[in-house]
Amino acid sequence: MISKYVESASSYAPDVDALILVIALVVGFWFLVAEVVLLGLVFRFTEREGVKAKYVSGEDHREKRWVSLPHFATLFFDVLIIVGALRVWSEVKMNMPQADETVRVIAQQWAWTFVHPGPDGKLDTPDDIRTIDELHVEKGKTYHFELTSRDVLHSFSVPVFRLKQDAVPGRIIKGWFRPTLTGQFDIQCVEICGIGHALMPGRIVIEDSDAHAAWLLANTPLTARAPTSPGGQP
Amino acid sequence: MRETTESPQHSHEDQPQTHHERPGFFRRYFWSTDHKIIGSQYLFTGMAMALVGGFTVYAFRMQLAFPGQSVPGWGRVTASDYNALVTTHGSVMIFWVAMPVLIAALGNYLIPLMIGCDDMVFPRINRLSYQLFLISALVLLGSFLVQGGAFGGAWTSYPPLSAKPQYNLTPAGASLWLGAVALEFVAFLLGGINFVTTVMNSRAPGMKMFDIPIVVWMIIIASILFMASVGPLVAGAVMLLFDQLAGTGFFDPAKGGDPVLWQHLFWFFGHPEVYVVMLPAFGIVAEVLTVFSRKKLFAYKTVLYTAVGTGVLSFFVWAHHQFIAGIDPRMANIFSLTTLLISIPVAEMMFVYIATLYGGSIRLATPMLWAIAFIAEFLLGGVTGIFLGSAGSDIYFHDTYFVLAHFHYTFFPIAFISVFAALTHWFPKMYGRLMSETFGKVHFWGTIIPFNFIFIPLFFLGARGDHRRIYDYSNFPDSMRAGMQDLRVLATLSLVVLLAFQVVFLINYFYSIFFGPKAPENPWRANTLEWVAPSPPPHGNFPEGLPNVYRGPYEYSHPDRVEDFWPQNEAG
Amino acid sequence: MSTRPIATTRAVTGIPTGRLAVWWIIASEIVIFGGVLGSYIMHRLGHPEWAHQSIHTNTWAGAFNTLVLLTSSLCAVLAHQAAEEGDGKKAARFLYLTVLGGLTFLTVKGFEWRSEIHHGYTLTSNTFWSFYYMAAGLHGLHVIAGMVLMLFVAADARQGRELQRVENVGLYWHFVDIVWIFLFPLLYIAK
Repeated sequence: MISKYVESASSYAPDVDALILVIALVVGFWFLVAEVVLLGLVFRFTEREGVKAKYVSGEDHREKRWVSLPHFATLFFDVLIIVGALRVWSEVKMNMPQADETVRVIAQQWAWTFVHPGPDGKLDTPDDIRTIDELHVEKGKTYHFELTSRDVLHSFSVPVFRLKQDAVPGRIIKGWFRPTLTGQFDIQCVEICGIGHALMPGRIVIEDSDAHAAWLLANTPLTARAPTSPGGQP
Repeated sequence: MRETTESPQHSHEDQPQTHHERPGFFRRYFWSTDHKIIGSQYLFTGMAMALVGGFTVYAFRMQLAFPGQSVPGWGRVTASDYNALVTTHGSVMIFWVAMPVLIAALGNYLIPLMIGCDDMVFPRINRLSYQLFLISALVLLGSFLVQGGAFGGAWTSYPPLSAKPQYNLTPAGASLWLGAVALEFVAFLLGGINFVTTVMNSRAPGMKMFDIPIVVWMIIIASILFMASVGPLVAGAVMLLFDQLAGTGFFDPAKGGDPVLWQHLFWFFGHPEVYVVMLPAFGIVAEVLTVFSRKKLFAYKTVLYTAVGTGVLSFFVWAHHQFIAGIDPRMANIFSLTTLLISIPVAEMMFVYIATLYGGSIRLATPMLWAIAFIAEFLLGGVTGIFLGSAGSDIYFHDTYFVLAHFHYTFFPIAFISVFAALTHWFPKMYGRLMSETFGKVHFWGTIIPFNFIFIPLFFLGARGDHRRIYDYSNFPDSMRAGMQDLRVLATLSLVVLLAFQVVFLINYFYSIFFGPKAPENPWRANTLEWVAPSPPPHGNFPEGLPNVYRGPYEYSHPDRVEDFWPQNEAG
Repeated sequence: MSTRPIATTRAVTGIPTGRLAVWWIIASEIVIFGGVLGSYIMHRLGHPEWAHQSIHTNTWAGAFNTLVLLTSSLCAVLAHQAAEEGDGKKAARFLYLTVLGGLTFLTVKGFEWRSEIHHGYTLTSNTFWSFYYMAAGLHGLHVIAGMVLMLFVAADARQGRELQRVENVGLYWHFVDIVWIFLFPLLYIAK
């Protein structure tokens, strides 16, 4: 449903979408039933000449059933949805599968800095690639991200991944994703961060292994290519 | 046995003293301790602030629909303007419109009348609470005039953005905003003293707990909920004020503080707050539904207990606003569970209201149209909350327009639909005149139809990824795909139509105060005590003596009576 | 408008309205101070190094002040007793003693703070001190408010008027005392 309009580009995006669809079907159905009953009653019991309204206290068991049955139905469907919700939540936010690579995401007023580990696959080595506003990842690889902020609260959002995580200054928050679709998509900051909040769009570039390798080659810092480089700073 | 209408029974208490001279205009309307005047003061201030809230949304939505173009009445909306407008819109609508109108205006006006006494217990504290409230409104509006302009960090005011001038660029505005909110909290804490003590202690003789009209109960529960939840935020506001002005670091990680602490303090209040405004709105709907369907409220006790239950549960859900804020993910599981469970008592109240309609004799007068619309629209707000309470789907929907559409489908019914129901319903009592039904229906449809055309598009935009508090989407290619800008324009134009139709209401309201046809004492043939007083009630409310109560408030269409209503104060 | 509404004279619950009002005020304040202390505790748990700061609070001054407040609360109780007996003058005298206790408390605090600031422990020197001054300061403001209210009530009581307010203002004072009973261990004893 969502994927008709927003691509599904991570391994867990389909699960998020499935959860949304289930919720939509359940609440959509009951919403329509409630509206039909509401409007039906309004029209059925419009005032009529000579017809007096019923006197119903609602305290009697048989009367109460009209409310308790929907009550238990609501509870039943809530529990169903909770189970689904917690499973998806657990998958995205609580399990951290083994990472192929780690990237660092640094938010600030008003730009994104991404630190890629470079050809050696390790962060904090001289061949790290720092970019502004553009994150390059390889389809099929499992990534961990380390997210922080330099100043105020920001939030790292990649809609096609169905991923969001607030960036808190003074903390490094970890998460993960595995891209499943190549292409270029928006990265958004989704926590109001001042007057430039709308001026820090990012792009995520998901490439297959050849294209990604080529990008790595083209962007590795010159200093890191020399065999005897001085101890580099990330 | 046939019962005939008897004259109201008088209490044995002394008549209120009315031997002092009639006070001058100023004392009567600006320095009064009369609960009806104070209620009206809150109402008109709230209405004026609603114009502010409406203007701010008009300005920023025009920017969204026609980015970069000059907005009539404002000029070009810059990024900084946009943030200030969004912040002001949210803050004003919640703190200076919904709360004062639903609780302070209606509570002050109705409570003494509905429980059959002559005023609130502490009239001077009542007056003080309004004065503090007025000052808080002026402080907020004043923040537009200071250097740097009004605060633009959203009504949630998260630090470090809200704490440090170098981040928010509105140092004076930020502190004035915070001061205005804190002052408003004090005003409502003071107001609460009167509501709770008056209802507990000053009820008419014979009025037992379950004879109290539901709207009065709801205002009491809301007041208690407010009082019990606002404390930590007051503490947080003091801390934030110190961070802003005195260089402390309560929320500054560099000084050992924690920005997320503010979020907890804020939302610990923020979530019960939505029930603080929701319950009185539900109360109003109960009153209107029963009168205009001529039916006893279905399961009065259930309504009461679910209201209390909702209030209690509301203290255990707050972190659903913070699922992805960096809280321990295990906590999110717990809060997701409690959040989905709280949907049960709220849904129960909706079921009870719908059940009340069954077997009724429904008259679709203007107040009843609003009451039914409340249920119809709030239902959508309620079900869309499920997407957000479920932590797994909230990852996607958090901070998108989906959230915004959800809470407008709850807040707009609360702050406007139920209020229009209340105003059209009690207008004859407040002013002794009738509003025009025709204008009322025109206003109704001219509000409800555009309302849906504003927010349904926003559900779609949110589902397509539009994030919040963005003044211009042209930097985001995925938000500029086919059809998306059209939806933004549709929402904005519908808003303009909705705002235009409010003129119909204002004309109807103010014209009818002076020139409307005179209203009888009880035009809707209702049971509750306020309809016993003259229209409008004089100082002291019941010149023929304070009433006694003989039955509950919803004895409509009783089988043993010819009349289809049975006032509470009628003996026998 | 100088006449009291009849509403004021009713008491369906059996509890006088003035006392209900004081309980409401106390309840609101409990939640406010609860928020302050809760935030402090959360921070303290996350910052064990604050022990290096809190060691510099003057535990003897704090203990003495605790004794002062407890004694003043006793005077408030005696004032209430006198009011129950209808002796307004005696009640007023005990209220003045309570106010004296509050004044002593504030004076001791003044010396404490002067010394601490002199040694460089200011509002902004460390977040522990930020909490210390803010929490104790907020409490101090409530002590001052209580003293002012007591003076008004005592003035009336001396003339035999509004004796029921003696109990109400006493309730408020006991609450102010209890807040201190929580503050003292959290700020002074936890080292």
